[in-house]
Amino acid sequence: MSVQTAARPSSAGAGTPAPLKFRTPRLRSPRTPGSRRSRRSLALTLLMGLVLLYSLAPLFWLLVNATKTQDGLLNSFGLWFDGDFALWDNIARTATYDGGIFLRWFANTVLYVVLGAGGATFLAVLGGYALAKFDFPGRKAVFAVVIGAVAIPGTALAVPTFLMFSQMGLTNTPWAVIIPSLISPFGLYLMWTFAAEAIPTEIMESARIDGASEARTFFQVCLPLLAPGIVTVLLFTMVATWNNYFLPLIMLKNPDWYPLTLGLNAWNAQAGTAGGEAIFNLVITGSLLTILPLIAAFLLLQRYWQSGLSAGSVKE
Amino acid sequence: MTMTSPQVVPRAGAAGPAGRTSRRASRRSWAGWWFIGPFMAVFALVFLAPIAYSIYLSVFRNQLIGGTAFVGLDNYARALGDPQFWSALGRVSLFLAVQVPVMLMIALVVALALDSGRLYGKSFFRISIFLPYAVPAVVATLMWGFMYGTRFGLVGNINQAFGLNLPSPLSSELVLASIGNIVTWEFIGYNMLIFYSALTVIPKSLYEAAEIDGAGQLRVIAAIKLPAIRGAIVVATIFSVIGSFQLFNEPSILKSLSPNTISTYFTPNLYAFSLSFSGQQYNYSATVAIIMGLITMAIAYAVQVRGMRKER
Repeated sequence: MSVQTAARPSSAGAGTPAPLKFRTPRLRSPRTPGSRRSRRSLALTLLMGLVLLYSLAPLFWLLVNATKTQDGLLNSFGLWFDGDFALWDNIARTATYDGGIFLRWFANTVLYVVLGAGGATFLAVLGGYALAKFDFPGRKAVFAVVIGAVAIPGTALAVPTFLMFSQMGLTNTPWAVIIPSLISPFGLYLMWTFAAEAIPTEIMESARIDGASEARTFFQVCLPLLAPGIVTVLLFTMVATWNNYFLPLIMLKNPDWYPLTLGLNAWNAQAGTAGGEAIFNLVITGSLLTILPLIAAFLLLQRYWQSGLSAGSVKE
Repeated sequence: MTMTSPQVVPRAGAAGPAGRTSRRASRRSWAGWWFIGPFMAVFALVFLAPIAYSIYLSVFRNQLIGGTAFVGLDNYARALGDPQFWSALGRVSLFLAVQVPVMLMIALVVALALDSGRLYGKSFFRISIFLPYAVPAVVATLMWGFMYGTRFGLVGNINQAFGLNLPSPLSSELVLASIGNIVTWEFIGYNMLIFYSALTVIPKSLYEAAEIDGAGQLRVIAAIKLPAIRGAIVVATIFSVIGSFQLFNEPSILKSLSPNTISTYFTPNLYAFSLSFSGQQYNYSATVAIIMGLITMAIAYAVQVRGMRKER
């Protein structure tokens, strides 16, 4: 942090930097444990336990039923395990069914997430940084357009986007899913409010005075400060891309390019078609396998994304 | 945030208000466009161009004889007189009026409970209630759909075990409420997190002042916490309104489990989707989508104006 120590004297010498929006420092003192606000309440905990039960019971149902055979699904109580434990067998069958198409869907989803959510995060970080730290011509217009765009239903754009992409020959290719995933107005907004608070303008001033280019100032000085915000945006764009259903639904015909969500729905719908084999146990096991990576990511990274969220997202 | 301890920067006495404005003007440069440029380029391709194209599509009609013809606002007139469109709009409005308040109230109560510091196992609550947000709508709907089902669903189980005759959640009377339950389940945690993050940044000095004044918990909630997070409540309401009007995934997936109770025009989006992808009526579909976009924006704007006006 030699930059930071160098920053203050030089920026003070150069005069006061232009004040930017959202820069009001907030006093935040840790909650003192001895105060009367820390009294725990059993009644409140029990009441919240109801919401907890509501949130977790379906996930428990999924876990329990992923251990059942097709027969067991039909003949045993939904919220408890059946006699024979078929989880490993179900996982093996999910992975190998129909020539291992599930693994292909999994790989597709990973591809869409890496390029789509990764790209969306990168663009949101660059853009949020620009909105927070630069005064450029058209800044207000950019703000108005992007905020307005949030209110436009994604499905209102779907038909024209589909027609446009099909004229460009992009439908039924991964690009049709990846390119629209690159834009996350919510990510841009999060990053903007976060960058406004996390990067002291003085640091940028001093880097410039030391002769750093804008790119160098951004990558070497500012980017490290943005880390918790980046993790937060990345998790939210990851969820959006991993869970996306509508966009691939209209863009993709070939099951080889399906993401997991579309594939699972196709498996489920298979039971309803003439001569289709009902594979509900594989749908359920596949669903469990689909949500595990995201749940793991949220649990492992919770410290980072929660600090990123409360530091930036929803302050007025 | 551990990285940004608020630091007091010594202000140089020479920089008066006049100096400041001139500095600011000289700093105004195009440099920011190097950073916002890539976002805006892709944004133009996937947001602005489709909107423009959508408007273009909505004023044409593709006729069997004579090809594409300019028809002005005919498509809009047709939509306004279309009973299927109105039935879809009425359904999502009813959905919105019931589901959004229920979901936001639960989320708000949970957020306030977490913030009160009176819960045992607070972080366990926070992360567990948030988890459903990580579950794709497809998986959530399949999961709930199976549970709703009478074959290996919980309703069937309960009926069997207790000899009851509970109505099927997938019946045409209950299916909208059942969808509401799925959406509520998915988003309580997300909204809770928005509220909770806003609550954590309320300056603690306010609570101390309230304590000195002898205010109780409920009074603190009513007089300090709720007004302080009004912005977050407005944001969450707007997102929820937009979400309700865009309702698509849950009914579209439930349709395969319960084909007879969910029509192709169950929600406006489902209607627009069926018009294009089963009916090839791209022009009319674009019109329906634009009308929904306008209604959504109008209501989101109204929520915002109303929410912010009360504050001042």
